[in-house]
Amino acid sequence: MSSELLGRAAACEAAMAVDIRGVVKRFKGVTAIEHLDAGIWPGQLTGLVGPDGAGKTTLMRIMAALMRPDTGTVSVMGHNVLDATALVHRCIGYMPQRFGLYEDLSVAENLDLYAKLKGIAADKRVDVFDRLYEFTRLQPFASRPAGQLSGGMKQKLGLACALMGSPDVLLLDEPSVGVDPVSRQELWRMVQALASEGMAVVWATAYLDEAERCESVMLLDKGSLLFNGEPQGLTSRLQGRSYRLSHIQGDRRALLSKALGLADVRDGVIQGASVRLVRAADMDVSSMQLLADQSGGQLELVAPRFEDAFIDLLGGGPDGRSAIAERMEDVATQRDVMVECSHLSKRFGDFYATRDVSFSVKTGEVFGLLGPNGAGKSTTFRMLCGLLRPTEGCATVAGFDLVRSTGQAKSQLGYMAQKFSLYGLLSVRQNLDFFSGAYGLRGAHRRQRIEEMIETFQLGDVLNVSPEALPLGYRQRLALACSLMHRPSVLFLDEPTSGVDPVTRREFWMHISGLVQKGVTVMVTTHFMEEAEYCDRIALVQQGQLVRLDTPDALKAMVASDELPEPTMEQAFIRLVEAHRDGVDA
Amino acid sequence: MMASIHRLKTLLVKELLSYLRDPRTRLILIGPPLIQLLVFSFAVTLEVRNVDIAVLDRDTGRQGVELVEHLDAAAFTSTVRVVQSGEELEALIDERKVLLGVSVPEDFSRKIVNGDTVSLQLLLDGRRANAAQVSSSYVASVASAYSQQIGTQTQRTGILVRHWFNPNLLYAWFIVPSLSGVLALLMAMLVTALSIARERELGTFEQLLVSPFSATEIIIGKSLPAVLIGAVLGTVMVLAGVLIFRVPFTGNPVLLAITLPLFILSGVGIGLSVSAISTTQQQAILGAFAIIVPVVLTSGFATPVENMPQWLQWVSVVNPLRWYLVIVQGLFLKSLPAAEVFRNLLPLMCIAVVSLSVAAVIVRRKLE
Repeated sequence: MSSELLGRAAACEAAMAVDIRGVVKRFKGVTAIEHLDAGIWPGQLTGLVGPDGAGKTTLMRIMAALMRPDTGTVSVMGHNVLDATALVHRCIGYMPQRFGLYEDLSVAENLDLYAKLKGIAADKRVDVFDRLYEFTRLQPFASRPAGQLSGGMKQKLGLACALMGSPDVLLLDEPSVGVDPVSRQELWRMVQALASEGMAVVWATAYLDEAERCESVMLLDKGSLLFNGEPQGLTSRLQGRSYRLSHIQGDRRALLSKALGLADVRDGVIQGASVRLVRAADMDVSSMQLLADQSGGQLELVAPRFEDAFIDLLGGGPDGRSAIAERMEDVATQRDVMVECSHLSKRFGDFYATRDVSFSVKTGEVFGLLGPNGAGKSTTFRMLCGLLRPTEGCATVAGFDLVRSTGQAKSQLGYMAQKFSLYGLLSVRQNLDFFSGAYGLRGAHRRQRIEEMIETFQLGDVLNVSPEALPLGYRQRLALACSLMHRPSVLFLDEPTSGVDPVTRREFWMHISGLVQKGVTVMVTTHFMEEAEYCDRIALVQQGQLVRLDTPDALKAMVASDELPEPTMEQAFIRLVEAHRDGVDA
Repeated sequence: MMASIHRLKTLLVKELLSYLRDPRTRLILIGPPLIQLLVFSFAVTLEVRNVDIAVLDRDTGRQGVELVEHLDAAAFTSTVRVVQSGEELEALIDERKVLLGVSVPEDFSRKIVNGDTVSLQLLLDGRRANAAQVSSSYVASVASAYSQQIGTQTQRTGILVRHWFNPNLLYAWFIVPSLSGVLALLMAMLVTALSIARERELGTFEQLLVSPFSATEIIIGKSLPAVLIGAVLGTVMVLAGVLIFRVPFTGNPVLLAITLPLFILSGVGIGLSVSAISTTQQQAILGAFAIIVPVVLTSGFATPVENMPQWLQWVSVVNPLRWYLVIVQGLFLKSLPAAEVFRNLLPLMCIAVVSLSVAAVIVRRKLE
C-alpha cells in the first residue's frame, strides 16, 4: 500500500491516536462500559477482544463519535468526540459488523458513493479508486453487484469504503466473521500493511488467534478492561500450564468431559485426535497424569496460546457435563452409515456449484464440510439436509432418500443455523411449542419434552420473553433445544459458532460432544478452524468438488514441513486450498 | 393424515401468534384500515358543495331576480356574485374566483311572460371539468325547479328523477360497502405478501423447510390466518357501515358470510405468489402495491367497468375485487338474490383456485 493513498507518515509517533479517559456508558441501568482508560497508538494494530456483550461494539461506536459516553472523554487525533464530532468523523474510518454496502449497487458504484460521501474531489477519485482496487484486488469484479460477492470480497469492499478519505484511525468491528481462512489471511495482510504505514487500526474479534497476532490487545469483560498490552504479556502467564494429551485409546470426547470434571483442569478443548488441557494455577499435574495413564495417552507440555490465557482470565472453561446429553437416550439404530451421498451434483445454469460429490458418514461421527467462500460447500450441505434438490445423484439420511421420502428423512434430522433461526415475534415458550409440534410431538409426550428442555437449558425465567431480547448464549441454547426436541439421529450445524466468543463456543461443543457420545451423528459446516478441530473427519470442498477427505490430524500432517512442523488447522486449510488451486491452474 | 393435521394446527397457531402476540402488530392490523374507512367515507365524495358562482343579469326583470335568488338559496352554492358585464364574468372565471357563470339574456322576463321558451347561458371553468360539470347540472335542476314553480302559467313539465336503491343519492351508501372490500383485500394481500418474505429475510424459512412440513401444508398454514384476518376486518367494516353510516343491508347476511372468505382467499393466493417470488420484505411490499393499485382501478370502484375500453374490461374479469363489489353492493342496497350472488361467486372461486395453485407451484419450486 502506497503512503500517498493514506497520506500519513509516522510523524506523530509519540502522540496517541485515540485517548480514552474514564469512559462510562450505561443503557437503561445496564453497564456497557465501566470506567475505561486506554490509549490507541498510530502504526499499531490493536485487538479488541472479549466475550459477547463485553462492550466491544459500544466502545467502537464511542470512538467513532456515533454515541456519547455518559461520563469521561475520548479524543481522536486530538479532537474531542463530544464537541468536535465532524472533525472526528473526518479522521476515522469505521467498518461496523454489518457494513452498509448497497447490495444492489456494483462494486464501483459503492466505491463512488462512499467517495462522494467522504467529499473526495471528482478529479482525485480515479486515482484513489485505482489504488484501492490494486490494494483489494477487486478490479475484476468492479461491475458485479455487491450482493453477489462472496463473504470475503464483501469485507474487502467494506474495508475499501472505510479507507476512503485516508483516515488516521481505522475501526473494524469483527471483520472476519463468515470469511474463509484464505480471505481472512488476505484481509489480515491488508490491515497489517495499513498499520505499518502509520495508521492506528482497531480490530474487534471473537477469534483469539487473530488477537494473538495483534501488537496490542485490549481484553474487555462486562465493560471493564481486564488486560491491556502485548498479547504475549498475557499468554506468558500461562507458561507451563498448557498440555496436550495425544495418542488416546478410546473416546477422546469422553476423556475431555472427564478431564474437565477434575478440579485441577481449568480448560480443555478437542484438537483433532488430541485433547488440549490447561492446568489450574495452584494445582499440580498428578491427576491429569493419572487420567493420561488410564487412557493410554501421552501428556506433554506445550506452548500456551492466547486463548488459554483468555479463558483462564475469564474464570475457566465449562465443567464438561451436558445436561441435555445426559437426559437423552442412546440413538437406537442398527445402521453403520447415517448420511450418505453418491455422485451428488447441483447445476445452476452452466455452473456446477457441486460436482460429483460422494461420501458416507458413520453413525456417531462428527463430520465437517469445509471450503473457501463460494466453493460449493454450502450447496452440498443444503442438499444433504433437503434444502436443495440435487441435479444429479442422491443423498440419504438414516437410509431415507431426501427426494423420494422427504418427510421421513426430515423427521430424522435436526438443523441449527448460524443465525439461530428462532421466531422473534413469538416468546421462548411459543418457539418451543412450535418446533415440538412441527416435528409431530403431541399431548403429554410433547409437554414432557418441552418441560425437559426448559429444565435442562435453564429457560424457566425467560419463557415469556422474545428470543431476540436474550443474550447470545441463551439464544444458542434455545436454538439447540428446538432442534433436539424430536430426538434427531442426525444434527446439521451451519456455522454454529461463527462470531461466537470462546466461552459460549465451549459450552456449545460440550453439548455436541455429549450428544455424539449418545450416538447422534453431527454434520457441521464452518469457516472457523477451531470448530473444525472438533470433527472426526473433514471433507474439503473446492470448486464444487471434494478434494480431500480425512481426519484433522491427517490433513495437518499433509502440509507439515521442516519449517512448519506442527501446522495449525488454519494453516493446513490455507495450504491445501492454495495447493489445489495451483494444481488446477497448472 | 392425522400427523399432517396436527402439524398444520401447530403452523396455524404460530402464524396467528406472530400476528397477534405483539400489541403493535395487532393495532396495525385493525387500526389503520378502520381509520381509512372512516376518513374516506366522510371525505371522499363526488358531491360538489360550496361553489362560488357569478350571475350576469342582463334582464333585471322580476323573473331574472327570482332565478338569482333561487340560485343563492340552493344548497350547493356558497356565494353568488352579481356582475355587470361579460368582461367582469370572464375575469372572475379566469382568476378562479368562481366555478361557473350564469348569463341571463335581456329578453328573459319578457319571454316567460309570453310563455315562450327561454335559454340560459352557462360559462364553465373547464380546468375544473368534473366539479363544473356537476355544478352545471345543479344549476339546471334549480332552473327546472324554478320553471316548475312558474309552470302554471307556462304549462311546462320538467323531468322528475328518482334514484332507486339510493333515493337520496347518499354517497356513503355506495362507498362504504365497496371500501370494506378494498381495505380488507389490501390488508390480507399485504399480510401474506410479507409472510414468506419476512421468514426468508430472518432465516426462519430454512428452518421451516428442513422440518417435515410439505409445501401444501406451508401454503395452507400461510393462507388461512390471512383469510381469517381479512374476513374479520371485512366483517368489522361491513358492521361499521350498517351501524355507523346507517347503510341499509337489505340482502341475506349468510350470502355475504360465504362470499367474504372466498374473496379474501383469492387475494391471498396473489399475495402468496408475490411473497414466494420476493427475496426481501421490501420487494414483497413493492410487489403487492404494484398489484393492488390496478386491482382497485379496474374493479369498478372508482369508475364503472362498463366505461372502460373493451380490453381493460377483459382484464378486469380476473380481478377478484370486481366480482366482490357487485355482490357486496347488491347485498347492501338491492337485496341481491342468492342466484345472482352465486353467479358472481363462480368467477371468484376460479380466481382463488388459480392463484392458490400458482402460489403452490412457486413455493414448491422454491422448496426444491
